[in-house]
Amino acid sequence: MSERAVQDAIDGKTTTAGTPPVRRHGPLRLAFEAFVVRREATIFIVAVALLLYFWSNNSDFLARNNLVNLSQQTAPYAIIAAGMVLLLVSGEIDLSVGAVFALSPFLMHYMIDYYGTYPIVAIIGSILAGAVIGLVNGFVVVVLKVPSFVATLGMLFLILGIMLTTSHAYPAQIPEAAHGVRGWFGQSDWSELIWCLIIVAYFHVVLTRSRWGLYTIATGGNPLGASEAGIRTGRIKFGNFMVTSALGAFAGILEAFRVDSIDPTSAGADGASPMFTAVSAAVIGGTALAGGSGTVVGALLGALVLAELRNGFNLIGINANPFNIILGAAIILSMVLNVYLTRLRRAGRR
Amino acid sequence: MSGITGPTPTPALSVEHMAKGFGAVTALRDVNLHLDKGEVLALVGDNGAGKSTLLKILCGFHRPDAGRILLSGEEVTLKSVDHARSLGIDAVYQDLALVNELTVYHNMFLNREMIRPTRLLHNRAMRKIAQEHLDQMGVNIPSVDVEVAKLSGGQRQAIAVARSVYSEARVLLLDEPLAAMGAKEGALILDLVNDLKARGEVSVIIIAHNYAQVFEVCDRINLLQHGEITFDKRTSETSVAELTDLVVEEYRRSRTQ
Repeated sequence: MSERAVQDAIDGKTTTAGTPPVRRHGPLRLAFEAFVVRREATIFIVAVALLLYFWSNNSDFLARNNLVNLSQQTAPYAIIAAGMVLLLVSGEIDLSVGAVFALSPFLMHYMIDYYGTYPIVAIIGSILAGAVIGLVNGFVVVVLKVPSFVATLGMLFLILGIMLTTSHAYPAQIPEAAHGVRGWFGQSDWSELIWCLIIVAYFHVVLTRSRWGLYTIATGGNPLGASEAGIRTGRIKFGNFMVTSALGAFAGILEAFRVDSIDPTSAGADGASPMFTAVSAAVIGGTALAGGSGTVVGALLGALVLAELRNGFNLIGINANPFNIILGAAIILSMVLNVYLTRLRRAGRR
Repeated sequence: MSGITGPTPTPALSVEHMAKGFGAVTALRDVNLHLDKGEVLALVGDNGAGKSTLLKILCGFHRPDAGRILLSGEEVTLKSVDHARSLGIDAVYQDLALVNELTVYHNMFLNREMIRPTRLLHNRAMRKIAQEHLDQMGVNIPSVDVEVAKLSGGQRQAIAVARSVYSEARVLLLDEPLAAMGAKEGALILDLVNDLKARGEVSVIIIAHNYAQVFEVCDRINLLQHGEITFDKRTSETSVAELTDLVVEEYRRSRTQ
């Protein structure tokens, strides 16, 4: 049974490949192979196990209010991670996305309060501004050939500085004019989750079923080979930088509406916190930092696991300080697992 | 089977008086060769004889300083690798340009994907055609669904060749296809080339360092020495020993000078 056939069997084959694979093994064998083959399977089991653990310690963990909390602690990072996975798969990284996350609600505020822009137009404008920042990242990396780690590190401080200078490091109110739309964009209980699910589903399809996704994998997996095959790898990277930055901008706006304030420290004092959470989610979810492979659904589950840990520790009354110990161990462990499982899969069961 | 020495009415590819230098170094002095339709030509020579330079000119990567390239009798100027490919000249490099993380069929269709009206990949169609095409070419792999990383070196080489053939290459340039390959895997490639020859649609130039290996498949052997073709014989009219002598003799002469 091949890897793809197993995947198809799991997907239930909705979108493509109508011919069902021949099932030669029993369901148990299939489940085992799926576990090894599907990157998402490992992290899914971890997410469920954590859920059961915290729930058994405190039944409030699955109470409606806490589920809302969990969804809100997951969604913004899963949204950023959706773009970050594509970018990582194509072999690059964006460290500046947290700063974009902090800047974009300010841009919305400036547009509405200083220029009288319609709220919806201001929101779209801020997301486009995010895309432009991604375009600049892409230019520095692809055209000027600066490694993305350095290029986007510089961009992080640049954007953070622009945000702090223009806002004088003071928080701002959500503009009155935007009160009409805030329910749609993060303020109501489930809106962040709904946006997150739509975005994750869309980029999952992009990565696994579209030409763009295929080229993204090829660009990260074998850059020289991909360009020998005629793929314009630079364009792929440009696009993924823009998507990541635009999603960072959108997540920043959602979070501003949710907390009902535009806060210059929303991304932490160093402007990096949402980025680190998103990269951690992607890596825990099975995305290789070296490029070539990754999954958007895995990143969503990775973000969920991080939210469960943060929220659950709080709920069962464990000090929040050890959280970073768990987080660090989880990242290292998942990378080790990632390497090991990749080797196992490559060894192949033909 | 073709493989006649001397120009046939229209060779698939011919090269006339080609020269190429890089600064002070003359890589190609005056190369004349022809490749008949359906023929397998081995281009052998020592390191630095100009084999890779010639390959890179023929696949559109380098431009020659002088000389002409004729494709089916018509003179062509190869502007780029893409341009050469669009004319039906395709090279399979040693790195094979395969993406390990993608399945066999996605690699077969890389940059030529089939797309549904919904703009999503038409995986079913690509999988089916890839399977048919590989079966037809006699390439034996576990499944077109496996990641290329799982395949052996010989199988990977076969996929790369099959991809070029599928893209309707008329002239195929194989760069050291047997390098770093075991006897069993090498046999796989030689079988594949033999099949191509039997079908007669593709003409092949195999660039080889170790000419003994290619004796089984090629119709004709050209020896490139110091930027010139110094030897052109049908495989049946020469032997490994003769070629070895030529190369060794040349080596002695260059040392005494």
